Amino acid sequence: MHAHDLLRPRPEGLYCPPGDFFIDPVRPVGRALITHGHSDHARSGHARVLATGQTLDIMALRYGDDFAGSTQAAGLGEAVRINGVTVSFHPAGHVLGSAQIAVEQDGFRIVASGDYKRAADPTCAGIELVPCDVFITEATFGLPVFRHPAPGEEIGRLLASLGRFPERAHLVGAYALGKAQRVIRLIRDAGYDETIHIHGALAKLCDYFQRQGVDLGRLEPATVDRPARGDFAGSIVVGPPSAFADRWARRFPDPVTAFASGWMQIRQRVKQRGVELPLILSDHCDWDELTTTIAETGASEVWVTHGREEALVRWCELQGIKARPLHLVGYEDEGD
Amino acid sequence: MKAFAELLDSLLLTPSRNAKLRLMVEYFGATPDPDRGLALAALTGNLSFASVKPAMLRALVMERMDPVLFAYSYDYVGDLAETISLVWEAGSEVAQRTEPTLAEAVGALGGTSRSDAPRILATLLDRMEPPSRFALIKLVTGGLRIGVSARLAKQALADLGGVDVHEIEEVWHGLAPPYLGLFAWLEGRAGKPAAVMPALFRPVMLSNPVQEGDLDRLDPEDYVAEWKWDGIRVQATGESGQRRLYSRTGDEISGAFPDLVEAIDFDGTLDGELLVGQPPEHVGSFSDLQQRLNRKAVSTKTLKDYPVFVRCYDLLAADGEDLRGLSFSERRLRLEVFAAGLDPARFDLSPLVGFDDWQHLDRLRLSPPHPVIEGVMLKRRDSVYVPGRPKGPWFKWKRDPHTIDAVLMYAQRGHGKRSSFYSDYTFGVWTGPSEAEELVPVGKAYFGFTDEELRQIDKFVRDNTVDRFGPVRSVRAAPDRGLVLEVAFEGLARSTRHKSGVAMRFPRISRLRWDKPPAEADRLDTLLALLPE
Repeated sequence: MHAHDLLRPRPEGLYCPPGDFFIDPVRPVGRALITHGHSDHARSGHARVLATGQTLDIMALRYGDDFAGSTQAAGLGEAVRINGVTVSFHPAGHVLGSAQIAVEQDGFRIVASGDYKRAADPTCAGIELVPCDVFITEATFGLPVFRHPAPGEEIGRLLASLGRFPERAHLVGAYALGKAQRVIRLIRDAGYDETIHIHGALAKLCDYFQRQGVDLGRLEPATVDRPARGDFAGSIVVGPPSAFADRWARRFPDPVTAFASGWMQIRQRVKQRGVELPLILSDHCDWDELTTTIAETGASEVWVTHGREEALVRWCELQGIKARPLHLVGYEDEGD
Repeated sequence: MKAFAELLDSLLLTPSRNAKLRLMVEYFGATPDPDRGLALAALTGNLSFASVKPAMLRALVMERMDPVLFAYSYDYVGDLAETISLVWEAGSEVAQRTEPTLAEAVGALGGTSRSDAPRILATLLDRMEPPSRFALIKLVTGGLRIGVSARLAKQALADLGGVDVHEIEEVWHGLAPPYLGLFAWLEGRAGKPAAVMPALFRPVMLSNPVQEGDLDRLDPEDYVAEWKWDGIRVQATGESGQRRLYSRTGDEISGAFPDLVEAIDFDGTLDGELLVGQPPEHVGSFSDLQQRLNRKAVSTKTLKDYPVFVRCYDLLAADGEDLRGLSFSERRLRLEVFAAGLDPARFDLSPLVGFDDWQHLDRLRLSPPHPVIEGVMLKRRDSVYVPGRPKGPWFKWKRDPHTIDAVLMYAQRGHGKRSSFYSDYTFGVWTGPSEAEELVPVGKAYFGFTDEELRQIDKFVRDNTVDRFGPVRSVRAAPDRGLVLEVAFEGLARSTRHKSGVAMRFPRISRLRWDKPPAEADRLDTLLALLPE
């Protein structure tokens, strides 16, 4: 069979004609399979949603309980039949609840990986490699310049800065779902036990992670009514990056602004954002991990989506692997 | 190498001066010799070795990777050194994986010929992580730009050793990388390095601005006045055949002024103002002088078109005698005699300005006889020459700055303490025919306002944003809606880089004109009329 008979791009997202469902559609559809809870992949308003239980929980937290007409939780590794097409969800290692979706018919298998990473992450299940005929990969950091350093070293630089500037609050920008909790967990792993202050936008998700067994230690809101000057001196404050450019950030004494993101690898990006302490910490694969994964899936064809498609397509060509860009629209890298 | 690379990156991203000092003090304290001394040399521009051209670097990386993938990468990153540092693939035969020290890297590259340099560079890069690769490539291509002056590095040394920065400046030019003796002294393990080299820098004496009420307490009889020339303050010194020209912070700038250095055929130390022109009549503007500043080499044509000379203010030493302990009056007499024997095309005497009382001097200050005068200096007759900025003996009393009313056009978020504020402002004035006037940007300012005013402008920017480009917001600026800023500046020069054709010197916000409708802000013609000639 032809791969594009099983899955093909449509304006709403990736569509499976025989199964009549979409994967991560960007507009409301009849049936949606969702890889993970980041808002560019998981949108509200679909009639029926199939996703992992954690992803469904996260969508409910973000959009309210009525985010879809009906929902069904997919167990990891369990086969589900939809109109004669077999689908199964497998851990993607991206954020809590994230999954790759394998779509199979007549022995032909396509894996839509959503967003994924290979690096260890104490806040979510590790990736499971799923052999397939066609592998759909993201390319957020799909350039040979992206080589993520070890997360422990990056956290080490944050703690070193805290020691160097004990009178300054350290504001760590980290996206609300996944990155924020991973940063906090890594800080704990580095032996830091003090209270960590969090922006209000993180509260519900951090609570949820704790309930799911991810121990984040003592967290307190950084949102106090009348802060006395110096209240946050020497403390770590985690919040969404946008908040640090906002008036909200003025309660902190002479802050060190840090940002935990894969983009922090590029100095120009760091300077543009006015970041003083870049922490190169990504929930996506770097170049080496992308290329390794493609090779390990054994796929004879690769479809490349959101990110720097052309470089990864070029790499596949050099390896003799058939590859093409998907040109799906509507995915921004909220997750990083 | 790793610690050095980390220091460079941190310095580059840290806006606060105090934080930069702390980073350097920590580095110098924690890094062993000779690495820290070599780092100091790199920071102060005293490290040199076989340079590697960008084309060679590119060739090196092309041997190891697909040119198409490199092109995508370079296109995305935009900086060659950074791209290479990230995409570099260590060869598989690399046995040694420990990062080389800075000393190892400098040593390996130091003794090589230009043709061997790329190969040696490659083996070094193989052993490094991306941040160190970036630092090394910047070093070998001579592109280390990190926003740290040599002066700031010396201040960090002073902080490390608990000594005054003048003590470092005095001995600095007698020292060489890796500065083992200097660090030994700063750490109390050895005595202060002797000022052995001839023609060392003597830290300069600075003045304080005249503040409200200052003059009421002073007797005009005790002071002499002279014009304050708008050039750069320098120290020209000759001793035992050595000739050197220093900036006021002790950086040696002899290389850029061979014409002047040639005329230092005396034994002594002069304090004066470096100006462009032919003394005494013809003195060029500051923008003429800029043709000669911040250059490593200087062409014959530039030397001819923009000759420099020193207008002498003071004499610190003559014929082996240190004069700094004498009073200003005594030094002035010595200076007049000394200057009379110098090449008149390269040195002349800054004239004293006679005055009866402060009111008289005020009138002279406000209407100086020459456009390159920016005010008057007051010096106590009995003042000895001491380094730094003591309060009392010397004052500067500047001509009032120019001001214009301009309209706020763009605002950019600041850094550090100001990262949540729109604190950098681009402002414009009106131009074009009266029925179709438009604003043209004429400058940028990010200080001059109080914290409270900053809050007010920030609110205005957030409430009146019409467009956003990354950290920059474009704000409403129409004849009937917008914010008028009174901008003060020291001078104006023609500029081909700006659409308006003018560039301001030292612009800052002097007042917020909430009361003034933007339509009544100044026109470009008003500014053009201020241009010299």
